[in-house]
Amino acid sequence: MFRRTLMAVLGAALVLVGPGLGRPAATPHRIVSLSPTATEDLFAIGAGKQVIAVDNQSDYPKRAPRTSLSGFTPNAEAVIGYHPDLVVIEYDPNHLVDALAKAKIKVVVQPSAHSLADAYSQIGTLGKLTGHTTEAATLVAHMKKRIADLVKAAPRPATQLSVYDEISPDFYSASSRSFIGQVLGLFGLRNIADPADDGSGFPKLSEEYIVGSNPDLIVLEDIRCCGQTIAGVSSRPGWNRITAVKRRAIVLIDDSLASRWGPRVVDFVKALSLALGAVEK
Amino acid sequence: MAARRAWVWGVGASAFLLAALLCGTAIGPVSLGFGSIVEAFASHIPLLGFKSHLTGTESAILWQLRLPRVVLAALVGAMLSAAGATYQGVFRNPLADPYLLGVASGAGLGATLAIVLGSSSTSDLLPVAAFAGGALAVAITFILGTSAGSSRGSAAFVLAGVTVTLFFTALQTFVQQQHASSLQTVYSWILGRLDTAGWHDVLLLLPYAGASLVALLLHRRLLDVLALGEDEAASLGIRVARVRLVLVAAATLGTAAAVAVSGLIGFLGVIVPHTVRLLAGSSYRRVVPLSILVGAGFLVFADLIARTAMSPAELPIGVVTAFFGAPFFAFVLRTRMIAS
Repeated sequence: MFRRTLMAVLGAALVLVGPGLGRPAATPHRIVSLSPTATEDLFAIGAGKQVIAVDNQSDYPKRAPRTSLSGFTPNAEAVIGYHPDLVVIEYDPNHLVDALAKAKIKVVVQPSAHSLADAYSQIGTLGKLTGHTTEAATLVAHMKKRIADLVKAAPRPATQLSVYDEISPDFYSASSRSFIGQVLGLFGLRNIADPADDGSGFPKLSEEYIVGSNPDLIVLEDIRCCGQTIAGVSSRPGWNRITAVKRRAIVLIDDSLASRWGPRVVDFVKALSLALGAVEK
Repeated sequence: MAARRAWVWGVGASAFLLAALLCGTAIGPVSLGFGSIVEAFASHIPLLGFKSHLTGTESAILWQLRLPRVVLAALVGAMLSAAGATYQGVFRNPLADPYLLGVASGAGLGATLAIVLGSSSTSDLLPVAAFAGGALAVAITFILGTSAGSSRGSAAFVLAGVTVTLFFTALQTFVQQQHASSLQTVYSWILGRLDTAGWHDVLLLLPYAGASLVALLLHRRLLDVLALGEDEAASLGIRVARVRLVLVAAATLGTAAAVAVSGLIGFLGVIVPHTVRLLAGSSYRRVVPLSILVGAGFLVFADLIARTAMSPAELPIGVVTAFFGAPFFAFVLRTRMIAS
């Protein structure tokens, strides 16, 4: 009698625990993210509670558990020390993937996106891996709709506007091949860096070429890294001749926003849309 | 005979510099037209009645972007080449370059600190910090070299320079690794920058480079005496330690200022003086002035290539000086060896 009761209780317990037992293998709950973009993605799809550590560059959202871990020069032992069941990285320096594989830790590499489609698919992958498939799909659908609306709302002038997108004060620029350049392309802008592109997506332009090209819009992505300001750019020798400078059509994009391809791409698109509205006036 | 040949080389080197200045001004990613440029220059000479036909933008490109860059390249090229020749003479070491005593690593640390710690005023702070770092590194080298060298040999200075360079480079790398987001800015400075040059940079460099070049030119005869060896120079009544201090101080001051505005531009300080030596003889009375002219012309040409080879994209100037400088030097070396 006692034995049967025990069996029944155990059986019931097994039924109750069963799905739970399978769960740790299916959905990780000790995630380490060494990619600021992946950190933003994970929190946006509701997997934030499963994240136990993020790298020192992951400054958004604020509640992400920032640590001294580095995504640039990652230390495998330091990562393994967190006993993660999933590690997300942007690229693989120092043979981190091999080291983590030896420790039987699952690693996902999500490299820089080349297009919005890449960015969406990375969100989808993280959704599947963390058990938040639905939230990921909802987020992607939301981003697509917001971006489409913002692009539609921006004015389309009769003559094509040109844009110079600066990523460093020595005139490295994002061409249409880069992720940021593709976002600019949504608005039908002509990117002055395109003729200089050697395939990297980030050619270094000649200053006299920039002034000679006379762009209608300037996007600055070197605010935080390099202290660039609208006043600073306007006072560069010869730059007062540029249409964008004359009309103050200069958009400041926070470095962290411009160098990531997460959910906040929508904010970047919004800033552009607003700036283009101002150019028209 | 020797005097006449010196005269010929002087004219040749001046013609080379003039050609470089002309090409550098006339050619660029934006085509302005040679006639229009001549008109624009002539319009600044009163009573000739010329009028510039350049548009406002073209005018800005010529006067505010292209010309300061050409002038800065000439100044930096002259400075680094003259400093290289001087170091080679003072330390009697054919491989000595302007960065021998640690000025580059010191300036590198100063610049990196300015980039990492600086805020919006980085662009003003950077040359000052680079200059201070470079001067500090050389001062430490000199103190080390003086205290170590009981024999007062120049080898002690060279070794002290290597030590200081390694230490400052280690510090710079550490600071850089701690602030990974500044990597790109630091590297683009290290690769040399004439790309953002303005009159501001020219004015910053001019007093230092001017004073330094004049000092080196005035002391060039003493370099010939030093070249005989320290004991021989001393027996001829030269106060070796004092002359060495003056020459090194002058060369370092100019180099530190050049590095502060243009970053690290390699190879020039070795290649130019040696090319001059191979062509015009090894007397410093010729090597120093000819190095100034040829170095100025060489860097203007190198920068022209950097601006136009991949136009409208740019190459880092340090890459160009190495890529074209090294084979050119090999060519001169080879033809000279065949000729002799």
